[in-house]
Amino acid sequence: MKELKFWQAINEAMHEEFARDDCVTLSGIDAGTPGGAFSASRGLLERFGPLRVRDTPISEAAIAGLGVGAAMNGLRPIVEIMFMDFLSLALEQLAGQGAKQHFMSTGRLRVPLTVRTMCAAGRNAGPQHAGSLETWVAHIPGLKVVWPSTPGDVKGLLKAAIRDDNPVIVIENLSLWTAKGPVGGEDHVIEIGKSEVKRAGRDVTLVCVGSMVQRALAAAGELSAEGIEVEVLDLRTVSPLDREGILASVARTHRLVIAHDAAKPFGFGAEVAAIVAEEALTELDAPIRRVTAPWAPLGTAPAQELAYYPGTEDLKAAVRSLLG
Amino acid sequence: MNIGHNAAPTREQLTSLYRTMLLIRRFEEQAVRLVNEQKMPGSTHTCIGQEAIAAGICGALRQGDQVLTTHRPHGHFIAMGVDLKALTAELMLKQTGINRGRCGSMHLVDPDHGILGANGVVGGGVPLAVGAAYAAQVRGSGQVIVTFFGDGASSQGGCHEAMNLASLWKLPVIFVCENNGYAEMTPSTAHISVSNIALRAPGYGMAGVHVDGNDILAISEVAAEAVRRARAGEGPTLIDCETLRMRGHFEGDPERYRPEGQKSEWQARDPIARLAAVLSKRFDVPADELEAIDRAATGAVADAARLADADPAATGRDILDFVYAGEAA
Repeated sequence: MKELKFWQAINEAMHEEFARDDCVTLSGIDAGTPGGAFSASRGLLERFGPLRVRDTPISEAAIAGLGVGAAMNGLRPIVEIMFMDFLSLALEQLAGQGAKQHFMSTGRLRVPLTVRTMCAAGRNAGPQHAGSLETWVAHIPGLKVVWPSTPGDVKGLLKAAIRDDNPVIVIENLSLWTAKGPVGGEDHVIEIGKSEVKRAGRDVTLVCVGSMVQRALAAAGELSAEGIEVEVLDLRTVSPLDREGILASVARTHRLVIAHDAAKPFGFGAEVAAIVAEEALTELDAPIRRVTAPWAPLGTAPAQELAYYPGTEDLKAAVRSLLG
Repeated sequence: MNIGHNAAPTREQLTSLYRTMLLIRRFEEQAVRLVNEQKMPGSTHTCIGQEAIAAGICGALRQGDQVLTTHRPHGHFIAMGVDLKALTAELMLKQTGINRGRCGSMHLVDPDHGILGANGVVGGGVPLAVGAAYAAQVRGSGQVIVTFFGDGASSQGGCHEAMNLASLWKLPVIFVCENNGYAEMTPSTAHISVSNIALRAPGYGMAGVHVDGNDILAISEVAAEAVRRARAGEGPTLIDCETLRMRGHFEGDPERYRPEGQKSEWQARDPIARLAAVLSKRFDVPADELEAIDRAATGAVADAARLADADPAATGRDILDFVYAGEAA
């Protein structure tokens, strides 16, 4: 299997889906002529033309509405909200309008929309540019939210999002942008709503998503040297959560740690913990632990980011605490 | 119905518009009664006094064109030819309603009749219309998309963003402002910085027209030209239709904010009476023919209500249907 960088896998997924279906379009700030603020849409404008690949004004509400409305009238659009912090500007069109069209029309309207957005955590982007705000959209019935952690996964999940008949938010980590990994071919489509065991282990389940998966794998590798085997469960999809995948892993390990870069209260870790508490409490040999960001906005300085985001040492400490 | 630019409207065209406007008026009058009888739960906003805008704009469209509207949507639905009984049933929150009672008055949606939705959010449909128009442009479908909105919605950020984008991309969309004097209970003079919304069109590089919203002849002409421009790829038009909402923001609104004499002054500009005068004076339509149209409208809305009233109420059993496309309903 060939190896690509994360952004190249995004680029390849879009090229393939554009070629496969004339209804696929891309709109966003810097999406066309500049080839994307971070190069992910490179070559699309030249290959597929200015009607299907368009730069937009800095107007997130209109960009989101453009995507929802175009999807309601026969396109399969991709729109970009450059950083997920700016989802707030687009939220009415996505959550108030797009998420409800199929429901309100009793199935007569569909919104096959893909929203690509970026999490810039770990790049000193600061309080208004690097939030982990997946819960804003994960809490909305009608929306789906995926968050790939590898080049192979971003290609497969982005293609799945484009082909899905519902609005799907695809979160891409800037910190993974140049990470390399094996990437499947044209038929590589990953089912939305399915987690993947990225590393098997018998002692503790570590649930995570996106760029946290790399830190989780690093922690698992180091703990293995201590004789502790961690199962790293990459959710891949934040909404809908893979209940079966989570419960199956906990049934194997009987211990659960959940890690995310969002603040703890009301984060998706609370939902994962509640699912296990409701459906598999007797499987647990220890309390559930959450490793998260603190209840504060993010600072910009490297030391502030380090203090804010859970690191490998935090993950290791949480795992060890369950095995005391 | 397409009264061409500068082409004199025919008796048949105007009679058809008269029929539509009366159907809307009688439907809304009945809706007021049904709200008072507590047969239409939820929030109901009627468009009495604004019928010419719905009839004139929708009358200029053709099969395949699409409309997005507002929380005051009944007139647009009727002008687009939606089944009166299914519409009434939806307002009565019946299983047999257009949307099975999910939407009621304010969230109605009927894509089968070219309506991509009313909207429960003021200005919410305007960016969607621009998206639908972009799809029409990419697909080369020849569709024209109309978005109705009010003077209140004209101050929403999404509307400004959408208008800039539509003009920039020359999208086949028509922005129709039903400037009816009030944003909810606040008069236009207290919430918009211009006397009519069309004055903002040059700021977007867009064609803008201010029209008497109670003059069906003027509206039809403006609509035909806007549709022509959109279909020809000449871009969007912003139409400000000056009118007055003759009832409250919602049914039950005590309307304490109304200046004295306002309604009686506007009664003299009633769009239906004005069209009746044109039909009788200019086209010699006899009074009994106009009365027959009125009787037919009154009968049609009454039949719709009688049938809908007998239908079963919406149930809670199907609330999980159609949350996601592609799942078994």
